[in-house]
Amino acid sequence: MTTFDTGQKIAPRASFFNDPVIRGIIYQIVVATLLIGFILWIIGNTAANLAAQNKTTGFDFLWRTAGFDISFSLLPWTRASYYWEAFLVGLLNTLLVAVIGIFFATILGFTIGIARLSSNFIISSLATIYVELIRNIPLLLQLFFWYFAVLKAMPAVRDAIQLPFDTFISQRGIMVPKPLPDEQFVFVWIGLALAIVTVIALRYWAKKRLEATGKRFPVFLTSIVILLGLTSLVYVISGASVSFELPVLERFNFRGGLQLPPEFVALAFGLTIYTASFIAETVRAGILAVNKGQTEAAQSLGLKENDRLRLVIVPQAMRVIVPPLTSQYLNLTKNSSLGAAIGYPELVNVFAGTSLNQTGRAIECIAITMAVYLIFSLLTSAIMNWYNGRVRLVER
Amino acid sequence: MTDIGYVRSDIVDARPAPNRTSGPVAWMRTNLFSTPFDTVLTVLGILFLLWVVPPLYGFFFGNAVGPNGTVEECRMINAGACWAYISSEMEFFIYGFYDIPEQWRPNIVFALGALLLTPLLIPRMPFKRTNIVLFLVIYPILSYFLLAGGVFGLKVIPTEKWGGLLVTLIISVIGITLSFPLGIILALGRQSQMPIIKTVCVGFIELIRAVPLITILFMASIMLPLFMPQGTTVDKFLRALVGVTLFTSAYMAEVVRGGLQAIPRGQYEAAESLGMGYWQRMWFIILPQALKHVIPGIVNSFIALFKDTSLVYIVGMKDLLEAVKTKNDSALEWQSANTATTGYLFAAMVFWVFCFGMSRYSIYMENRLNTGYKR
Repeated sequence: MTTFDTGQKIAPRASFFNDPVIRGIIYQIVVATLLIGFILWIIGNTAANLAAQNKTTGFDFLWRTAGFDISFSLLPWTRASYYWEAFLVGLLNTLLVAVIGIFFATILGFTIGIARLSSNFIISSLATIYVELIRNIPLLLQLFFWYFAVLKAMPAVRDAIQLPFDTFISQRGIMVPKPLPDEQFVFVWIGLALAIVTVIALRYWAKKRLEATGKRFPVFLTSIVILLGLTSLVYVISGASVSFELPVLERFNFRGGLQLPPEFVALAFGLTIYTASFIAETVRAGILAVNKGQTEAAQSLGLKENDRLRLVIVPQAMRVIVPPLTSQYLNLTKNSSLGAAIGYPELVNVFAGTSLNQTGRAIECIAITMAVYLIFSLLTSAIMNWYNGRVRLVER
Repeated sequence: MTDIGYVRSDIVDARPAPNRTSGPVAWMRTNLFSTPFDTVLTVLGILFLLWVVPPLYGFFFGNAVGPNGTVEECRMINAGACWAYISSEMEFFIYGFYDIPEQWRPNIVFALGALLLTPLLIPRMPFKRTNIVLFLVIYPILSYFLLAGGVFGLKVIPTEKWGGLLVTLIISVIGITLSFPLGIILALGRQSQMPIIKTVCVGFIELIRAVPLITILFMASIMLPLFMPQGTTVDKFLRALVGVTLFTSAYMAEVVRGGLQAIPRGQYEAAESLGMGYWQRMWFIILPQALKHVIPGIVNSFIALFKDTSLVYIVGMKDLLEAVKTKNDSALEWQSANTATTGYLFAAMVFWVFCFGMSRYSIYMENRLNTGYKR
């Protein structure tokens, strides 16, 4: 055996500084030191500034009385309420407008997303115009438009415009009849809950039977019958009744009814319109993402148009649609903070605005507000990860 | 011969000509009336247009008061949009409180910007590198001194006086130029093997993305002064800029990360096997491919930033929207039923033109750069 001397007995050693591992450690130490130094510098400055302004810190202010008015609140609110109650009021108002916005934006967004794919030229053009128009105008501008140019330009209360179902529109927002369920009505809620449980059980059973025997069961129709039937049966049997307190126009203002303040209406409307345009794009992309071959394969299996959509296309499109859809929901929730600009008392307005100004606890108020949005965001991504794990394509 | 039953003895009539597949009639048949339901939709759509278009036309053109009109015309019962209001307040909408005799300075900045940007956007124009350096480095510095003054005997004009479209454009141009590289660095940091750097980047990105811009601007306007050494004042304009830039860079980082993840591992390995260092690998191999993948996302972030500049009113800047709102609320001599509506519509049109232009340009660029995957 001959061995060749390559002339290189030892691997060429990189110089100590060129070793990537050591370099990485040095870089990280540098970054960490700079960062910690920066944070300490900020803390030092803040402490010095606070001391100079004779300001105290801490969360004790939450248990002090707030002493300001909140124009729209789901909880009982008086000037004697505490700051933590103000926080709750703001949080609930944010959630209220977010939930309503999400509900309507989803309906509108799906409708327009599907309309954009329509083969009908007029319908798809209208949907395209809607999306391109709304997406490219700042939300704040749209809110200002709905609030200042539309709702504030409505007639004064005296000349309120009357709509069907005893609803009035005026400068002070929309007045709607207020439902007043009586005491028996609790049975209706129980009946509804029972119906929902039954429907879930039915779906489960139908799916099991489908997998075992291949027999289909008209789940959707049965579900509707159960939901409506059971609930209205309970309604009739229990003798529950709902009366409506109608808004009545008096000399200066309305009496009775439920008042939706213009800030709330403008914010909910603006968020719905704006987010719907983004949801429409998400939906369109999701449907387009399903390969045409899937439609053809479903056709060649002999599935009807209806089943083709329900069993083949929609489940696959949903896999693409849901992740961006949830981030749109999160965006809508975050965007609801723009309500502060038109005076809707949501979290940022009540807590990072009024409470902060009154107490001067800037760091605490902003930290709490940001923490709330951070929790929303983390919750959303947790749900998203769970969903993604569930619907992920399992490949060989 | 004739008793073969399956052979025809008579000549078959010619079939009717097939439906036309081209021309307006055929187009209408496939696109408007293909099914009964389709026909219903078409009719509904046309009714909707008939219901909406004439009033809109009347408001925008027919009954509108032209740019040379008077406020009396705007106050008439059936008057439409009051364009006279816009044309008379145009100066404020563009420059804010910028001193009127000095308005040639923003004009030069606008003109120079357009002059440098146009050849940058046209792919065939030469000297791209020089152009980029001019636009991204020289132009901002020059613009700053020109606008702020204080040198060459120019009158000092504090940033509080800047306003209108000027502020909107400056914040978005600077925000875009700063947030793009910052976003790339954050995205690379997030992909990094070094745990500390990765943690810092992930923490920053996720924190910023979780909260609304409005809270960041609140923070910039209330807490930034607290964070600075005593006695330092942070310019309002700078606060807005810092807030908007940090916010967008976090979103940009996520967009770029999407592009980085779309690059096959083989590309990284090939670059390593050529003996390239980290920055060489990124600059020559990875980023050009990754960024190409995510052009739509990047432009969407730019559009979002442009729209988000409307929030800088929180730190007290009068951007275009805030300028319009101020005039709507305060211009008593122009008060009429449609003044506010016209003002907001004008602002909406300006924002729309910029955003729509950006999105169209991104589609054009996407098609142009879509080289590697063309079949």
